Amino acid sequence: MKSKIIAIRILTQLKHDKRTLMLVLAAPLLMLTLVYLILDTSDTDFTVGIINAPQNYVENLYKNNIKTIRYNENSSQKALENGDIIATVNMISGKLNINIDGSNSQKSNAVLTILEASKLNQTQNRPDLKTEVNYVYGSSDLAMFDNFGGALIGILVFFFVFLISGISFLKERTTGTLEKLLSTPIKRFEIVCGYAIGFGILTIFQSLLITLFVVYILDVMMVGSIWLVLLITLLSAMTALTLGILISTAAASEFQMVQFIPIIIVPQIFFSGLFDLSPTWSFIGKFMPLYYVADALNQVMINGNGFSYITLDILILIGFSSVFIIMNTLLLKKYRRI
Amino acid sequence: MNNSDCIVLDKVNKYFGNKQVLKNISFNVPYGCIFGLLGPSGCGKTTTVKIISGITESSSGDTFVLGEKMPKLLLMNKIGYMAQSDALYSDMSAAENLAFFASLYNMDSKEVKKRLIEVMDLVNLSDHMNKPVKAFSGGMKRRLSLAMSIIHNPKVLILDEPTVGIDPLLRKSIWNELYKMTSAGVTILVTTHVMDEAEKCHQLAMMRDGLLIAQGSPAELQKQIGVKSIEEAFIYYGGGEIEE
Repeated sequence: MKSKIIAIRILTQLKHDKRTLMLVLAAPLLMLTLVYLILDTSDTDFTVGIINAPQNYVENLYKNNIKTIRYNENSSQKALENGDIIATVNMISGKLNINIDGSNSQKSNAVLTILEASKLNQTQNRPDLKTEVNYVYGSSDLAMFDNFGGALIGILVFFFVFLISGISFLKERTTGTLEKLLSTPIKRFEIVCGYAIGFGILTIFQSLLITLFVVYILDVMMVGSIWLVLLITLLSAMTALTLGILISTAAASEFQMVQFIPIIIVPQIFFSGLFDLSPTWSFIGKFMPLYYVADALNQVMINGNGFSYITLDILILIGFSSVFIIMNTLLLKKYRRI
Repeated sequence: MNNSDCIVLDKVNKYFGNKQVLKNISFNVPYGCIFGLLGPSGCGKTTTVKIISGITESSSGDTFVLGEKMPKLLLMNKIGYMAQSDALYSDMSAAENLAFFASLYNMDSKEVKKRLIEVMDLVNLSDHMNKPVKAFSGGMKRRLSLAMSIIHNPKVLILDEPTVGIDPLLRKSIWNELYKMTSAGVTILVTTHVMDEAEKCHQLAMMRDGLLIAQGSPAELQKQIGVKSIEEAFIYYGGGEIEE
């Protein structure tokens, strides 16, 4: 299979081009750190009043940097009004009742996610019982950034892979090496696949690095399987890669490739579920790969759901990549029919 | 069709949109011959060689190489093509560039190693094997491109303006090498607009505005119209206008 030869060449080129390599690997980490510093609320130690909850639930809260104080129902109300605590927890026969100060949506959401997540791995957990949340101040409508982490991983992987694979394929065209390639007995499909494999290997490293960094260094909310997160980021990279190659055929120079960022990438960020949109607008998002990436990552990282919950997202992402690969192969026909 | 010739073009036409760039081109290149395609820039030389090497397809008419109809993927193993622009990966070293294309021609790594030294020696680049191509001069890149087009021992070699930017001494040694290859049975098609190079070819075809205007050996062409140089012949056949 000649794809392997192309893949090896791409990795050789990257080996010589250390700056690009660093950009792909280190820049996402830098950006993640910056966004983390801006949005992170977990530095603040939250204090939650416990009216009634099992011991191991409280221990779970401890692990997530939440201080707990025992209260009875009356005194807890007062503490909540005074701002001594941000929420009260009362578990009655497996059902979680939460009163929360929702005046700062960022803080309240951070606390709510932890309170909800700590419910997992509980023996008395009753998934059928929905947690009841009462907002003492503010409301859940203020929620905006509760799913930032997952979406952000997806966006960064998508952005960098799109740009680098696109520019690399573009260079192949503008320097004439594509023509030289097409004068050898290689099939068009093998060229596209070679690119997918070559950059695919790079993105395995990138995804691994980003995921481990986010989960273990930034300690972002992560309750699901890390392998699923890796799988999703990898598929995200694959979609970005094949889309990048596809878009590069419409660009005449590297500069024009950069011009596609506001057209291809930025709208996807807006529609990826980061922001609450009206149903009509969010419907548009369903045509964009990043929507499924962000959805799947949130399902796994925040909701702790397993593979069955993200099967559809994964299939759609595989579908996007396959369609892009086929389109690339067909578009190369412009240069050589066979 | 004539099977005794290596390259056969039969009434080849090529359109890009409405523009006709090749008009009824027919010529035969015998085995073991250096065939020169001569003409000013934009006359259709490159399109013609791209059709022969199987990268492009003619709009109508037939092209045969080694007795088989082009384009054909498997036949590309036997054709070496050197494009007008240096198609090189500048981040990689000369050896890496060569090895990459060699393996695309299904050569195994042992064979590649051996051929690598041979062709680099041939184009006088043996000392620059592991240098990145971006550090190469224009002439060196041209020579590396040539080495790349012959790495797989092709039966047919198609060179699109091969000696641009190569000094006279090296040009001479490259031509000697080309002669040597033809005596080993390789058929070579060269495009050029350099007249003294045209005289080195066994056979010539002159093109202008997508038309084949004259064909024959350099001596024949000169004799036919009673001129002393190919340059004069070129001007004569081209209708007397001098283009630059």
